[in-house]
Amino acid sequence: MREIAKACVIAAKDMLTEIRTREVVSSVVVFAVLVIVIFNFAFGSNPQAADLVAPGILWVTFAFAGVLSLNRSFVLEKEEDCIEGLMVAPISRESIFLGKFFGNLLFIFLIQVIVIPVFSLLFNVGFFNIELVLITVLASVGFASVGTLFAAMAVSTRARELVLPVLFFPVITPVIIAAVNASALILEGGGLGDITQWLGIIGAFDVIFVVASYLIFCFIIEE
Amino acid sequence: MAVETIPAVEIKNLSRNFGTFEALNNLSLVVEPGETLAVFGHNGAGKTTLLKILSTVMKPTRGNIYYSGLSIAEGAENVRRRLGVVSHRTFLYSSLTAYDNLVFYSRLYDVAGYETRIKQLLNRLGLRSRMYDKVGTFSRGMSQRLAIARALLHHPEVVLMDEPESGLDTFAMDALWQLVREDSRTVIFTHHNLERGFQAASRVVIMARGKMFFCPGVKCSFDELEKAYKASLETA
Repeated sequence: MREIAKACVIAAKDMLTEIRTREVVSSVVVFAVLVIVIFNFAFGSNPQAADLVAPGILWVTFAFAGVLSLNRSFVLEKEEDCIEGLMVAPISRESIFLGKFFGNLLFIFLIQVIVIPVFSLLFNVGFFNIELVLITVLASVGFASVGTLFAAMAVSTRARELVLPVLFFPVITPVIIAAVNASALILEGGGLGDITQWLGIIGAFDVIFVVASYLIFCFIIEE
Repeated sequence: MAVETIPAVEIKNLSRNFGTFEALNNLSLVVEPGETLAVFGHNGAGKTTLLKILSTVMKPTRGNIYYSGLSIAEGAENVRRRLGVVSHRTFLYSSLTAYDNLVFYSRLYDVAGYETRIKQLLNRLGLRSRMYDKVGTFSRGMSQRLAIARALLHHPEVVLMDEPESGLDTFAMDALWQLVREDSRTVIFTHHNLERGFQAASRVVIMARGKMFFCPGVKCSFDELEKAYKASLETA
């Protein structure tokens, strides 16, 4: 319980930093909206094609926007060696992981809350139903767990902006494929029963990577 | 019968390797409660590595450290609660205010009544008027003063400091030593200036090539220290 409480303190600090600077959300949202607008122009003249590619566009946008925000989360900790400040505090390494994971998850949700209405408007698709919210939440957990682990790895390298996508995208691909397929089925009029196998894949991925990242994180920040 | 005191810090056969390079080589040292120990040594002698292991940021390859008998290998979280660390870097978030930073660390350390403690420390370090300013707008010396406040927030029993006077003016240096010596704290610090470090310390040691090169049981004279330091440079 104490571990979770300390993790919340770290996540709240990340949110406060964002409120003070507005660096991550503003730049990531501008990027994400631009991507959606560009795709809308590309497919706007062909509504059938737009319907077909809409789920893919949405998840590719989330994936690229997510990398931008994940990169920033550990850069903040590297400035003035703040990560060492966390490491000398009387909290476990796992609390640090959970804190950064919660913070990244909140950022991803925040970006989605802003980007999804723009996407729905431009592509004329209804995205406000419980199945799509479930897909989005589950996929975001996978994004945040893998992203937090790899961002911690990448931040100590010289070319961290390149290293994170190279590590992140191959691992997160199953979640993106499952989320795209599940979203497409729902947008075609399917129900919860039609997407259970895709939700199962995303859920299994979440469990494996949250647990694995939680256990591996301490070795990464100590080396 | 003499009562045996438990050392505040006991380093036993400590080694740390980076690949084939031995940064620390079978180092042992005892620091008694209330002692202020200065660690000198040329660049690359292993001072910073020693402080990183002492502060539990880095794990040793071999050996162990005990704080009042408590091993860092077994109770790192409890040990950290007793430690205050001042490093080369401030561990402060430049986009947050001085107050935000100290509140954040107070919550991590479970400091009871932290508002009063923060104001008290900022007053003593001459930063009260800049309490609600972003740390990014602070000079190097001001940031270092705030880092000292951060390290002392939770009344640590042992303070570890790596070059603590860098960037500080005379007022801040005086405030630093007054604050860290309160409550009979044990202090271990590194210093690049022999004379300044000697003045502040109650005992001195010199490291060279990851080993204790000069480790007198009591405080030596400055001449002895200077002579030993010159000899240590020859081994580098």
